[in-house]
Amino acid sequence: MSNDRTLKIVLVASLLCIVCSVLVSTAAVVLRPLQDINSQLDMRRNILMAAGLYDAETGGDVKEIFKSIETQVVELETGEIASDIDPNTFDPRQAAKDPKLGEAIPSEEDLAQIKRRARFQKIYLHKGSSGAVDTVVLPINGLGLWSTLYGFIALEPDLETVKGLVYYDHKETPGLGGEVDNPKWRGQWPGKVLFDESGEYDFKVHKGPSPIDGPHDADGVSGATITLRGVDNMLRYWMGDLGYGPTLERLKKQIDG
Amino acid sequence: MASAKEILLKPLVSNNPIALQILGICSALAVTSQMKTTLVMCVSVILVLALSNSSVSLIRKHVPSSIRIIVQMTIIASLVIIVEQTLKAYAYDTYKQMSVFVGLIITNCIVMGRAEAFAMKNPVGISALDGIGNGLGYSLVLVFVAFWREILGAGKLAGVELLPLATEGGWYVPNGLMLMPPSAFFIIGLFIWFIRTLRPEQVEES
Repeated sequence: MSNDRTLKIVLVASLLCIVCSVLVSTAAVVLRPLQDINSQLDMRRNILMAAGLYDAETGGDVKEIFKSIETQVVELETGEIASDIDPNTFDPRQAAKDPKLGEAIPSEEDLAQIKRRARFQKIYLHKGSSGAVDTVVLPINGLGLWSTLYGFIALEPDLETVKGLVYYDHKETPGLGGEVDNPKWRGQWPGKVLFDESGEYDFKVHKGPSPIDGPHDADGVSGATITLRGVDNMLRYWMGDLGYGPTLERLKKQIDG
Repeated sequence: MASAKEILLKPLVSNNPIALQILGICSALAVTSQMKTTLVMCVSVILVLALSNSSVSLIRKHVPSSIRIIVQMTIIASLVIIVEQTLKAYAYDTYKQMSVFVGLIITNCIVMGRAEAFAMKNPVGISALDGIGNGLGYSLVLVFVAFWREILGAGKLAGVELLPLATEGGWYVPNGLMLMPPSAFFIIGLFIWFIRTLRPEQVEES
């Protein structure tokens, strides 16, 4: 039978599609559980890294260390704990797209340029040996140059001083915007202070190295102006009243007793 | 008929896919700023090339010529997705670093070039060898480019610091251009010049 008869063309094309789709879907389904475990572990490792509880160089048992973390689902608008949502299954990134759980951000308020956000967020508290909260980790996201950057910022119990900042998912240019993953750039964050004495947001991520070596200014990365502007914007958004403002207020009361 | 050894080794220098055929330049620019991602990319490309060449060769007698490009593309795309999923399951960190580039193997001209030029006309065994050979030839150039880019751009090799950086108290001021994609053009250009000086028969007649 000639290869170029219409029947043969249709036959070859259909068979090929069936074989390929079976292979691809098998790979996707079989590997799915492993991938989910990986991405969950990776997320937890990043939370611990932001909190300074895990070091990428020395490693450690992420599962074990993570047991000391308390996860809360909070309603962003009020800052209150949403006790009816199970923190184990709630996924804020999925929820942002959901018509009920997510909400559109009006463009004039959308500093971080994320368009939609979940109405609830998962936050993480670490308690020291005395039982007092010693670290609060908050997820943040915002647009960089090519992609939305997803990360965690860890705060001291005063809720003003940064303990660490880590991005776990972005598609910025490796070597430029991607330098937000560089341990050296990340190393500048502990000790930075986001608010001034009166409690107003007062922080700037500069373009290139910061001209001021103080707690209210952070170095940018040369050649990655737009990504770093994104970092600056998302901190401003999430740390402000539209972001975690109410949550931080409630946490302050909880921590101060 | 060329011997199996010849088919495997020819693409390394005398018929290198990047240097002579000038294929697959795009990904050579993208992933070569670090040795580690480069090596993963090389292994993935060798794997995809070997498998795509064998599968295309396997069904070559039944592929209608009017849809052969689509057939090849479908096979290649499926293989790449499988490689990507496997990396995501077993080498998550590397998968994250490679991000979009693994998916872009689909558009790597070498893969389709070899399927069309070789696997469509040759039996399965040597098609697989041709795939591996071309993958190795591609890897050779990539590793060479990554070596210079990482060492001059970041003072490191495979993440290990070799040239102490000036910013960390050493003496080496890294050349930021090396981390940018255009630098790969310069290095590939020099590489092609080098090979063609050794093998003048590769120079096109003007």
